[in-house]
Amino acid sequence: MNSHPFTRSSSEVRDLNRMAAAFGGVPVSRRETMRRCLYGSAGLLLMEPFTVRAMQPLPAGRARSVIQIWLWGGPCHIDTFDPKPEAGKDYSGQLDAPIATNVSGMQIGQLLPELAKIADKYSLIRSMTHGNNGHETAAYLVQTGRSSERDVFPSLGAVTSYFRGYEAGYKGLIPPYIVLTEPQGRFSEAGFLGPKYKPFATGGDPAASVFAVEGIIAPGISEKRQQERRKFLRSINTLGGALPGNATLNTIVQNEEQAYEMILGDAGKLFDLNQEAGDVRDRYGRNTFGQSCLMARRLAEKGVPYITINYKGWDTHKQHFQTMNRKLPELDKGMAALISDLSERGLLDSTIVWCSGEFGRTPKVQTESPWNGGRHHWGKCFASLLAGGGFKGGQVVGSSDAKGEEVKDRPVYPADLIGSIYGQLGIPAEATLPHPLGTLTHVVPDKSENVPTGGMLKEIL
Amino acid sequence: MAPAAFAALDPLYESGPAKYRMGADATASDRIDQLVFDRLRELKIEPANVCSDAVFLRRAYLTVIGTLPTEEEARAFLSATDPDRRARLIDELLKRDEFAEYWTMKWGDLLRVKAEFPIKLWPNAAQAYTRWIYAGVRGNKPLHQFVHELLVANGSNFREGEVNFYRAMQDRSPRGIAATVALTFMGERADKWPKKKLDALAGFFAQVAFKSTAEWKEEIVYFDPTADKEGLAKNAVFPDGTRPTADPRTEDMRVPFVNWLLRPENPWFCRNMANRMWAWLMGRGIIHEPDDSRADNPPSNPALLDLLQREFATSRCNMKHLFRIILNSQTFQLSSIPTGLETTTTQANFAWYPLRRMEAEVLIDALNQLTGTQESYSSPIPEPYTFIPENVRGIGLPDGSITSSFLELFGRPPRDTGFESERNRSTSAAQRLHLLNSSHVHQKVSECPLVTEARDMKGKPDELVKKIYFTVLSRPPTEKELAAVTAHADASYAGTREIAEDLVWALVNQPEFIFIH
Repeated sequence: MNSHPFTRSSSEVRDLNRMAAAFGGVPVSRRETMRRCLYGSAGLLLMEPFTVRAMQPLPAGRARSVIQIWLWGGPCHIDTFDPKPEAGKDYSGQLDAPIATNVSGMQIGQLLPELAKIADKYSLIRSMTHGNNGHETAAYLVQTGRSSERDVFPSLGAVTSYFRGYEAGYKGLIPPYIVLTEPQGRFSEAGFLGPKYKPFATGGDPAASVFAVEGIIAPGISEKRQQERRKFLRSINTLGGALPGNATLNTIVQNEEQAYEMILGDAGKLFDLNQEAGDVRDRYGRNTFGQSCLMARRLAEKGVPYITINYKGWDTHKQHFQTMNRKLPELDKGMAALISDLSERGLLDSTIVWCSGEFGRTPKVQTESPWNGGRHHWGKCFASLLAGGGFKGGQVVGSSDAKGEEVKDRPVYPADLIGSIYGQLGIPAEATLPHPLGTLTHVVPDKSENVPTGGMLKEIL
Repeated sequence: MAPAAFAALDPLYESGPAKYRMGADATASDRIDQLVFDRLRELKIEPANVCSDAVFLRRAYLTVIGTLPTEEEARAFLSATDPDRRARLIDELLKRDEFAEYWTMKWGDLLRVKAEFPIKLWPNAAQAYTRWIYAGVRGNKPLHQFVHELLVANGSNFREGEVNFYRAMQDRSPRGIAATVALTFMGERADKWPKKKLDALAGFFAQVAFKSTAEWKEEIVYFDPTADKEGLAKNAVFPDGTRPTADPRTEDMRVPFVNWLLRPENPWFCRNMANRMWAWLMGRGIIHEPDDSRADNPPSNPALLDLLQREFATSRCNMKHLFRIILNSQTFQLSSIPTGLETTTTQANFAWYPLRRMEAEVLIDALNQLTGTQESYSSPIPEPYTFIPENVRGIGLPDGSITSSFLELFGRPPRDTGFESERNRSTSAAQRLHLLNSSHVHQKVSECPLVTEARDMKGKPDELVKKIYFTVLSRPPTEKELAAVTAHADASYAGTREIAEDLVWALVNQPEFIFIH
């Protein structure tokens, strides 16, 4: 039968299939079913133009936005935030001269000089661990805090959007959960919360002359033509003329006005990076990552609760040091500019910046062919950076052993890091998630789930 | 809104007042109309006029086969003059391949055909299930036979598609199965039942057992009296309070249940199915929601539901028969132009045809058809991703796990629960943004032959405009619309191609395109 020809043999199945459920995640409770509407029925049906959200004032020091810098592929902890020069060349390779920071006793990788100047504004966790070396599984672990066999949990961005999005009074057209610029793809983000809580992916390139945000800025269609088209669109709305006062058509007229507010109004201008001064743009670096950081700052300034910068290219089995030499200066400049700029604008106290990948990389350099100096996946021990939102700066949490292979003390599991971020956002650990089967499920896994924990990050609160 | 405002007939959308025959030569469709219009008269509601041929054509295509008429089909139908042209079109549509595809999709929603999470059928099984449904719809298998086969199914999930009924639910316990059966085939929500009633129904499904095989993800559904750990089967009672005579120690209790359910006089099955089909075609059930039947949610027109139930039962549960009599009624063919203020009473009594946004799959297929483009769909299950051939249409996707961001944005149901309301047909600003300004839609429009070939149409702009109107809206443009296009062309920058592009874009963004009306 030619309509349904896609039977696959089960021999194509791999062990990761269990995780594949992560991509089809959808909510099932009836309440959720009724409410489901992409990007939030409540928010979008409001006739208000884009406004900064009217949320209840949070207690001081509590965060209102999170900027997640996600280094997809797994950045090397040794070459970035946990250098091990004394382990020798076999481990540190050519990057064997870490640099001092403005915090005494705290060293970081030599390709991060800008970050070294502001170490008092962030803390490093050098004892991140989950032990998983698969990209999908590890990305899921780090961003959900759970290693699920049966269910597909939402990422921390989706959970934040659930508790801090439209249902919590967030208003306006800018979606509450945004990814710059592409979704992670092999990770569902929303899990069982469903498509409504997926991030809005901007598409486009913020470093291009026009940042073509999907749906908002159409390259090649001038503002004048947009306006003429809009007028034309209305002039031939014959059915609308035959059904005056129809409630369904009124709704679509409202939808259209909101859409045009995004296309032609202030909401769209938020994405126009040309509104920033040239020296500000230079400061962040005139590349996709740097300009994404600048865009993230603009979104955080407007109160968008969760922004992910999906920065790809860290899966360096080969060409590792060449890649580090190319990417780390970008990372250094963009992230340092972001943290400093947020701080100068008084936004760092209310904005959490966290930077991590799904795991670290083999501490020992893989010199043999075909790797020729590459590094593989390393989930046993890696490092993350955390700044702002009430987290202390200038601290180092935990440590790895002399070669960066194992956690030496104070393991920090993904659930500990995520739970600490929720705490700063004012989302209580015991808040419940709408589990599809009605199982009582807390935001932070409780003892019954047997999720490993080293405790919340009290030392930097 | 004062009724006077609607007094003049709008020939673009309306053809004249409704007429039906009474007495001996009245057809089933006439009797439907009589019951609907009698009820409206009691309520002092003036029904709408009958819709125009152009409106009927589009409504019939989109409702019956989930497919936009082509330019040629639209031109041919609108130039036909024989008095039976609407009935003839209905007969043709009921025979189309797309009919089977589209209604397989609908059944796929109700029967939760989805490879993974939380349904966990696995792709091979989801596709076997779809193939079984497709064969049934295509052959117009009587619905009682279709349901009988589903409910007594045994065997491998990969080989016997229908056994997946027992796997395609989140809760496969006897009570979970009973609740699913009640929802799907009785139109009742067991969460509103007393526990005792659910336990009694669960007794019929307590012997359904599952076992795995040496093949990865294969599962056998089978009858096993020892599976009934709670001893539910011996206490099985039919929902009408009568008891089965079967011996649960040796007999599969599903069989007496199915025999009870599918008796023609059983009100639950035929009535529920007839009401659902009415809702599918009319946009609203006589009992609303169509899967929430209960004593305190009565039908808005009991005599009408009785008639449909009788017609369905006496036709041996023939889905196409019921479709045919509904589609041929004046009630189905009423215009969407109201005669007064819209209220829940006018809606519940079908005074005019409701505006219904095209379903996600139907909308993307329509956009692809009129722009001559295709879509890529993928399924992340199993890893590595399955990519679907690009000529597959949205309505033909065999598994709810196969998707695209467009389908999600436009409310394709996740197929988790089997509720009719899982399919979201509301509109949102995000949808408008997508249709108005996404690279996805801009690209389709700019690549479409209507636009790319427009360069050669210089000198005959009206022909081009007509062609575009027939392709997108299935009708010719009005004088006023032609004038508006000319005005836009005169006022703007552009050449023929840009005007064609603007027009295609503006028409796919019209409510008249987006809504079935």
